[in-house]
Amino acid sequence: MDKIFTTVVIVGILSSAIRLATPYLYASIGETIGQLSGVVNLGVDGIMLMGAYAAFFVVLNTGNLWLGVLAAMVVGLLMGLLMSLISVTLKAEQGISGIGLYIFGLGLSTLLFKVTIGTVKTVDGFQPIKIPVLGNIPILGEVFFNNNVMVYIAFLLVPAAWWVLEKTTWGLRIKAAGQNPAAADSLGVNVDRVRYMSVCLGGMLAGLAGAALSLALVKLFQENLTAGMGFIAVALVYFGGWKPVGVLGGALLFSTVNAFQLWMQVLGVNINSNVAVMLPYLLTIAALAFTMNRARQPAGLNVPYERGES
Amino acid sequence: MPTEAVVVPARSRRRFVFDWKEILYRAAVPILAMLAAFTVGAVLLLLLNVNPFTAYAALIEGAFGSTYSITQSLVKATPLLLVALGICIAFRASVINVGGEGQIILGALMATWFSLQFRAWPGWLLIPATIIMGFMAGAAWGFVPGILKARLGVNEILTTIMMNFIALQLMNLLLRGPLMDPGGVTAGTFLAQSERLPEQVWLARMIPQTPLHTGFILAVALAFVVYIFLWRTTIGYRIRAVGLNPHAARYAGIKVPFNQALSLTLAGGFAGLAGVVEVLGVHHRLLEGITSGYGFTGIVAALFGGLHPLGAIPASYLFGSLLVGADKMQRAVQVPSALVDTIMGLVVMFVVGSAWLSRRWAARRLAATAKRQEVK
Amino acid sequence: MKTRIVIVIVVIALLTAACGGPAATPVAKDKIRIAVVMPSAITDMAFSQSMWSALKAVQTEMGGESALELKYSENMFKVPDAAAAIRDYASQGFDIVIAHGSQYGTSVQEIATDFPKTTFAWGTDVNTFGLPNVHAYTAAAEEGGYVNGVLAAMLTKSKKIGVTGPVEVGDAKTYIDGFVQGVTSVDPSINVSKTWTGSFSDVALMTEAAKTHIASGADALTGSSQSVVGSIGAAKDNGSVLWFGTQQDQSSLAPNLVVASQQYDWTAMIKEMIKNHQAGKLGGDKYVLQLKNAGLKMLYNAGYKLPDEVKKAGDAAIEGIKSGSIKVNP
Repeated sequence: MDKIFTTVVIVGILSSAIRLATPYLYASIGETIGQLSGVVNLGVDGIMLMGAYAAFFVVLNTGNLWLGVLAAMVVGLLMGLLMSLISVTLKAEQGISGIGLYIFGLGLSTLLFKVTIGTVKTVDGFQPIKIPVLGNIPILGEVFFNNNVMVYIAFLLVPAAWWVLEKTTWGLRIKAAGQNPAAADSLGVNVDRVRYMSVCLGGMLAGLAGAALSLALVKLFQENLTAGMGFIAVALVYFGGWKPVGVLGGALLFSTVNAFQLWMQVLGVNINSNVAVMLPYLLTIAALAFTMNRARQPAGLNVPYERGES
Repeated sequence: MPTEAVVVPARSRRRFVFDWKEILYRAAVPILAMLAAFTVGAVLLLLLNVNPFTAYAALIEGAFGSTYSITQSLVKATPLLLVALGICIAFRASVINVGGEGQIILGALMATWFSLQFRAWPGWLLIPATIIMGFMAGAAWGFVPGILKARLGVNEILTTIMMNFIALQLMNLLLRGPLMDPGGVTAGTFLAQSERLPEQVWLARMIPQTPLHTGFILAVALAFVVYIFLWRTTIGYRIRAVGLNPHAARYAGIKVPFNQALSLTLAGGFAGLAGVVEVLGVHHRLLEGITSGYGFTGIVAALFGGLHPLGAIPASYLFGSLLVGADKMQRAVQVPSALVDTIMGLVVMFVVGSAWLSRRWAARRLAATAKRQEVK
Repeated sequence: MKTRIVIVIVVIALLTAACGGPAATPVAKDKIRIAVVMPSAITDMAFSQSMWSALKAVQTEMGGESALELKYSENMFKVPDAAAAIRDYASQGFDIVIAHGSQYGTSVQEIATDFPKTTFAWGTDVNTFGLPNVHAYTAAAEEGGYVNGVLAAMLTKSKKIGVTGPVEVGDAKTYIDGFVQGVTSVDPSINVSKTWTGSFSDVALMTEAAKTHIASGADALTGSSQSVVGSIGAAKDNGSVLWFGTQQDQSSLAPNLVVASQQYDWTAMIKEMIKNHQAGKLGGDKYVLQLKNAGLKMLYNAGYKLPDEVKKAGDAAIEGIKSGSIKVNP
């Protein structure tokens, strides 16, 4: 047991956690914004896959990482647009349209991969960049300040999202559209347009999550690369109480426990591997149950808004 | 939250009288939506140098072309229907159950363990006992998110998604250990499957040489049971009241959290049953991949059936046929299976996106009926 | 309005029905037709891909599509779907139908009795159900595992080796067990640590598992399943961690770091099945891919410079297993 508390192991666990948390951060914060405006999007995993594919394909053929990131954002935006069309304009049942989007994204990304790439290939992707000065702090430096740029951006998203949501009019409109669309409408907020923009933004961020996965984390693309990550990202939104900082906490908790259980297996700690793999999920439920974080969801969540209906 | 777009003719007080014209109109829109999705799919097929007519002909032939395919569709429809029934109950209480995958696993696990444990029992006792135990196992898996929501306000989407992953690991753990087929261990193959279940617990084949098993009858019967439960019992009434207007329900003295937890528990039980019939009727053992994604596709089937237990019967059959036909299409024109998934995703989005059209036409019909009744 | 819609639906339905199915291909007398049903993708860099590449290789050797017709169904992890596919191919008159998945056993058992003129091959398992038209096949993955273990043990400088496994079942388990035996035979003091991600497809977690091994000091890695591409990526990232592969030649992913791969080579088995089928023997054989019968091949990666005494030890292990003097337990 004392094997666990050596520096190497602690640094290892925390570095892994930071890396693993990155795609969740992008996707969860995007979904938070969408949900705050009143739309639940269960298709995040499908958008992540399309983003991961688009980014990887562009990088494979052009070598330009930022072009790949841009491609992922565009693709994510388009998928978000599709979701908005179905859920906001056509007022469809959001949970189900999300699942349809997921199946579509999974199928299309696999199809495109098979037809345009064919077999698994790797790219060099984003390399870690050490931040001067800060990167030299013992332990913390290695963990926080020696990562690739997609990781840094993901963590910067948290305060950025908080600022937009709390300190700008735009953020106020988003929350109003989700909390009380009728009142917002009467005050001149175009609820549908706000929801469109939020869901599209969420889509872009989900696309970025995919790019982070295929260009920075694993540096390859394979069918069903995300293996359900998008659903965890959605779950983390609830865990975080619809606040960016809460989402950060959830992503870190989940990823840290995951990294921890991997290390335990490597160090030969006597724990059944299946139980170890269960730990992140169990602890996330336990954490929410016991912290009594009973944040109420946006009142207008999952309800299509129709002017004239209350 | 579920909008009641069905116009119920006020005159009828008998149990199962259906307004067939109404049903036909309501079915028209999703079918049109499906055709629209297939048209987009045709474009994809053309891009892959495949003749869409050949492909779709293969799909139809694969779905309806022989007794075998029809029975195959019914076999697929069975777990879809069972999951859909659970979804209907949950949706009526405004609860989203995305935990179907995990609940199916629990039902399948229990069915396997129980029937292997009590393999000495005769079939007439073992089958019903296994079914009941499987239902309870799935229900337990739905109960946990339910009680967490009711007592601690923990959101059920979070818990059900997490519990899906937990159930998967639980199954892996048991399959590679205590439940692994002893034959696989001695042969050195160590396959991720359980021992073959004792023959007396297998669900009987209804038509020889086809995969159709009695689980289908069970599912259809349960659809009627759920219908009666939701519309003819007090508990069912309360569940629906909670879904339609939780505030009003609370003022009327109905315990909202309790009923939501109850609906989630029941939904879990039905999903668990889907696992039971797959194990007892199709595979005759537990193996990985037992859920076959039914936890999600069951949701789609429920939607196609208008979130009504009786509507779920034809919806599950049609959706099952679609899945069977799509496989045949893949074989016939040798496209990657991912193309089929892509078209499936489009079908779901188109059908769900066309609901407003359904509602608009239903509203128009209601207005027309009202006008006619005015004139009288 | 409504009548019009009904008419449209009926017309479309008639059109699609009228177009009929694909015209039956006239089969040349000596043309062999093989269909394969697989549980994962033909591009999975692992189990399914190994069978598909073997089939394609045999097809090229025989002279192309006109000599050997191939059809496949992939991602058939739902057993009833696979059963329908197997039955469908059999009823279309395919000579050999390969059910390339251990979960398909029950289906094969039922379907084979309905099609006595078709050869069914089923893997990975050893059971032919006593039916005259069923072959069974497995791969003794533990053999290549042993050889890889020997190589890894001799090449590791840190005396720490990492194993990134998916789920501890099937040939992932047998391969890894063989690997550990190989390592122990060279130096029992080497630390071999195993991780299991609990999934065959979670690449991200597999990558992280590999990175964890590397961070804890491992300088050689191995593993199994299609998600193992993540581990290879992690090794490549690090730049000096060696990789030992199985099921498929994985050297294209990290040309300087892959030392050796155990390749599942089904071609000899396929050719023998075709020969037997043409001669009238439709089943009853149990094939085991082994080093002995060239079903398993150890492919040394030309891009990696293997020191001579290590290669000698590897070759000795291969010879030992072939001759039976070294026994590897699955």
